Amino acid sequence: MSANALTAAEAGLLPCLTCGLLSRRTHADAAACPRCGARLHLRKPASLLRAWTFLVAAMILYIPANVLPIMETESIFDSQSDTILSGVVFLWTSGSWPLAIIVFVASITVPLLKMLSLMTLLIAVHRGVRKHCYDLTRLYRLLELIGRWSMLDIYVLAILVTLVQLRVFGKVTPAPGALAFGAVVVLTILATMSFDPRLIWDSARREERYGRTT
Amino acid sequence: MDQALIACHECDLLQRPPPLGADTVARCRRCLSLLYRPTDENIDRPLAFTLSAAILFVIANIFPIVGLELQGQNTTATLIGTAQALYQQQDMKLLGALVFFTTVLVPGLQLTAMSYLLISLRIGHIPRMLALALRVLQAVRPWGMVEVFILGLLISIVKLRGVATVVPGIALWTFGGLLMMIAAAIASFDARAIWSKQDLRR
Repeated sequence: MSANALTAAEAGLLPCLTCGLLSRRTHADAAACPRCGARLHLRKPASLLRAWTFLVAAMILYIPANVLPIMETESIFDSQSDTILSGVVFLWTSGSWPLAIIVFVASITVPLLKMLSLMTLLIAVHRGVRKHCYDLTRLYRLLELIGRWSMLDIYVLAILVTLVQLRVFGKVTPAPGALAFGAVVVLTILATMSFDPRLIWDSARREERYGRTT
Repeated sequence: MDQALIACHECDLLQRPPPLGADTVARCRRCLSLLYRPTDENIDRPLAFTLSAAILFVIANIFPIVGLELQGQNTTATLIGTAQALYQQQDMKLLGALVFFTTVLVPGLQLTAMSYLLISLRIGHIPRMLALALRVLQAVRPWGMVEVFILGLLISIVKLRGVATVVPGIALWTFGGLLMMIAAAIASFDARAIWSKQDLRR
């Protein structure tokens, strides 16, 4: 918007992300908020590095999370292992297609979209944002909102493992894929938390000032 | 002078807090993120939501959620029991801990901290650990996932329907209410108003 509006950083102020108080910035970047005691930083510390680290780890683990089985079902007759996708297929073929869609979206689409979106945000900040700051901020807000829903399959697994322990109809045990999947969910949440959306606007401000001359 | 201005948490723009009419919220004039909601001096509403949620949460933790029955044998699951069942499996300790953390510990912490703050303020004194409680609330917020667990419960029931008889437990009936009350309590909890009470004390 208006080019003459100041950010807190430009005005020499440190905003507290916990309680919202603005403090005057001293020379050090590691002060504590005088009202709530939380650590104050101009921007989230090592935001891009941390976000990339968590993101890359999540992307690597996304492969075993989807390829390896997340649970094994044993009955007197046979035993069978299920991946996330075969769980969705089971729901679909047993006629619960609305739930099949929900699980597919929460377990497969959401993590993938989250990782791609985080990558978009990170690359945008690295390359310098000229337009679309608002859309990128909205994308970030969306990420914060949907990330938790990927835990769905972990809860389903936990409930099945708890309930299905009877000899008459078998036993459900978790398999290694579940661990990888849980790690993907946690890592993408951590990556989202590490990313500082204010960097999008900082980058746009830099482009606005210096970008055109170079 | 500094207190007359606020900085947007998502784009850092410094701005004067816009005055609020009824049923409106203040948004950043650059990135439109939510700056704050109107301050409600009356804390009875968030207190009522929080206490209802806390009661339902205790019930949801004590009683079984669902049971499974086949040929005279049966099993039941409680909220903590599901985390425990995972924890006891080989190599699944971390996953069990994650389930416990997101469905029991974090919601429990949130409800305890909110009850502590709101009850203290309601009886007219500023709680001693106000800053700590508000910081904990802020820190754990992304990790409370009761609503996701409830959806997971629904899916599990559908998956087991054909295999055995699913017996609803007492706690199952509280989950619908718990879902709404936790959401209402968190939405109506106004940390900004409580911080300004803290300012008055100084």
